[in-house]
Amino acid sequence: MTKIELTVDGERVSDDVEPRTLLVQYLREQLGKTGTVIGCDTSNCGACTVHLDGRSVKSCNVLAVQADGHEVTTIEGLAATAGHDGELHPVQAAFHECHALQCGFCTPGMIMQSVDLLNDNPNPTEQEIRLGLEGNLCRCTGYHNIVRAVQYAAGQTTSPAGEPAETVSGGVS
Amino acid sequence: MTATAEPQAPEHEIGRDRRRKEDQRLITGRTRWTDNIAMPGMLHLAMVRSPFAHAKIVGIDTEAAKSAPNVVSVVTGKDVADVQGSLPNAWPITPDQVAPPHPPVAVDRVTFAGEIVAVVVARSAAEARDAAELVDVDYEELPAALDLKEAAEDKVLAHPDLGTNKSAFWRFDSAEAGTGGDVDEAIAKARDGGIVIEREYRQQRLIPAFMEPRSVVVDPTGEQITMWSATQIPHILRFLLAAVLGISESKIRVIAPDVGGGFGGKLQTTPEEFITMVLARQLGKPVKYTETRSESLMSAHHGRDQWQRLTLAADKDGTVTGLKIDLLADLGSYVALVGGGVPVLGAFMFNAIYKFPAYRFDCQTVLTNKTWTDAYRGAGRPEATFGIERLMDELAAEVGVDPLEIREKNWIKHEEFPFTTIAGMEYDSGNYEEATAKARALFGYDDLRAEQAKRRESGDPVQLGIGVSTFTEMCGLAPSRVLGQLNYGAGGWEHAEVRMLPTGKVEVVTGSSAHGQGHETAWSQIVADRLGVPFEDVEVLHGDTQISPRGLDTYGSRSLVVGGEALVKAADKVIEKAKPIAAHLLEASVDDIEFAGGRLSVKGTDKGVALTEVALASFAAHNLPDGAEPGLDSTATYDPVGFSFPHGTHLCAAEVDTETGAVRLRKYVAVDDVGNIVNPLIVAGQVHGGLVQGIA
Repeated sequence: MTKIELTVDGERVSDDVEPRTLLVQYLREQLGKTGTVIGCDTSNCGACTVHLDGRSVKSCNVLAVQADGHEVTTIEGLAATAGHDGELHPVQAAFHECHALQCGFCTPGMIMQSVDLLNDNPNPTEQEIRLGLEGNLCRCTGYHNIVRAVQYAAGQTTSPAGEPAETVSGGVS
Repeated sequence: MTATAEPQAPEHEIGRDRRRKEDQRLITGRTRWTDNIAMPGMLHLAMVRSPFAHAKIVGIDTEAAKSAPNVVSVVTGKDVADVQGSLPNAWPITPDQVAPPHPPVAVDRVTFAGEIVAVVVARSAAEARDAAELVDVDYEELPAALDLKEAAEDKVLAHPDLGTNKSAFWRFDSAEAGTGGDVDEAIAKARDGGIVIEREYRQQRLIPAFMEPRSVVVDPTGEQITMWSATQIPHILRFLLAAVLGISESKIRVIAPDVGGGFGGKLQTTPEEFITMVLARQLGKPVKYTETRSESLMSAHHGRDQWQRLTLAADKDGTVTGLKIDLLADLGSYVALVGGGVPVLGAFMFNAIYKFPAYRFDCQTVLTNKTWTDAYRGAGRPEATFGIERLMDELAAEVGVDPLEIREKNWIKHEEFPFTTIAGMEYDSGNYEEATAKARALFGYDDLRAEQAKRRESGDPVQLGIGVSTFTEMCGLAPSRVLGQLNYGAGGWEHAEVRMLPTGKVEVVTGSSAHGQGHETAWSQIVADRLGVPFEDVEVLHGDTQISPRGLDTYGSRSLVVGGEALVKAADKVIEKAKPIAAHLLEASVDDIEFAGGRLSVKGTDKGVALTEVALASFAAHNLPDGAEPGLDSTATYDPVGFSFPHGTHLCAAEVDTETGAVRLRKYVAVDDVGNIVNPLIVAGQVHGGLVQGIA
């Protein structure tokens, strides 16, 4: 066991962990931060993305001991850490507004990665958004509304749902 | 109660782009995935899985694993052979279907790579996995039936004791069924001066790949055994756990909490669920198993996997005269929950939107030593669309006309609905002309065809390909009688409950449960409209057999079409139940009470009472009419009379660099007629997701 001390979602925590414990296991199993999820075992899917000292990392690809002395932010502490206590972070709000999630399993990682992307590049092109999110997989949305949500959070679109859907209530028959 | 309150005028909810209620917990991480569940003393499972497609289990040495730290037990198939049962097959499509027994843990033979051969129980998941690596299994490898066509010829047997790989043969013939002519005659006639197109297509195997790996927790303490599972089918699972394991159904509670995607992949009763249940009962403690992604890819059921031999007959001008389908469908090594019937759904869809006068559909399901197959998006029906739409392209090329023209020549015209197809389905409605015209216009079809011709003519290294597809799909599964005729093990109804709470809030219980489809939002919109209550005041409950005791779950595009109808009926019953109480409170005749905008009013007067006030009065029960039952709630079960047949036209332009082979998707247009839309934002999102799964 190795002792680690770190800040998670603004709170100081100190624990003994096995050296092999992954950061995501520590977050979920020891701290109960189950908002961060595990979608794969090959660091492909990005569902477990959190921030380590403000930069996105796949928490299945970081050992808990590597977070010793650092600051971790998860989806659960994102809003408060960014000064939006009691509200949604603008990227969370954008995902809701643009219907950028369906089952929601990839969403915590997708939001954390989007925040990192916008911190780096506050006004990304669509292509830059797609490239910036390529390490995060979603199986429900086809990514279309996720890209829109990032554009919306960046203030690039004023119409939250994008253009009106080409749908006719009542059908055409 | 007041007679002077302003009538409520709620906005029309159906058809609104409501942002989803369920988002709040999902975007803030306040979710309840099965793997989040932790209980005092909970034990964890790790599976030892076969690396071989087909092998005899000669011996299993569990000693090292048993003595590893914090290991509670190591269980082999032999240890549980008498109690683990055989996984259910709910859709034996023929009475003589050949299906091997399916033990959750293999006993003496493994029949696909990924099959469970032993289970380690330990105090932590990490310790269970460590110990699983210490289990030493001695295999004697056997020849494996891997190729579908060879398997169909019984060259190598997937299950030698069955004597054959052929599971079931199923035929629909229009001449026998009386829905049309003889297909052999039609083909013979077309060979003499008409057009015959014979093709063989491969419909490749795929993996549903929901984002949330499957997870199951069983708590055997208390009066009822509770199972949480990342499943699409909590009700069906409960029934089958009881039936297979011999536990009283009333002693089992199944909960599907937040479920991270399914796409048909979680329409299954799994070996993992069954063995977790068996071991939790044996050990008397809560037990959890969560698969890794690698395990999921190997052992959660796959989809598709067919060879399609197709023969289309037509007159010289391209009018279709016959269609013969000969399918080989790969079941994998076991007949899954509904996997035996999935390819047979194609029988009703290969004829698609076209008017074939003669038709035959033959399907041979085949056992192989591969992962079992079952439902995935559309299940049997998109496979048919793939086949017939490629044939129509071939026919267009043969006749020398545009692919859309050959389709229009043969499809059912708008004015011909309702139309009974050669496969015996009654299509209630459709307008293929309008959908296609709209798709053409959005796509800029003529301009892209002109550009395509120009690029071909000039020998441009970047060529333009244009893909065309129409479709219809039998959705809203399903009329129970039809399912009975197809030998399906259950009905197709759905159930709903509407409860007016004394505070005016509304609780809605639905028998189908969402894993991304937005039930909580769409159901709230329906109830808000029907009862004239605010959208925000409706709470939708689902996915727990104790809260939602009746239901047939989520698959086959059924939740809204069938479950939504049950919901409307339950809401209407609430209004009917409220009327005599309102009449009593308003001192009027019940015949004079009318309901609109959330209020029950006396016709022709300004006297009225809000439905929410009736709910409170009904709860208090101080002043109800004689014989009235306190409480304002109702249930309804709806069994659909027919399928629903959404349809659409999709057009795709792709640029192909002939020098590098690079393909770039240039434009994709999808026009889908899905009927009445409750929430356009959700519908568009579903279409986006379906398209990208198809394109990817």
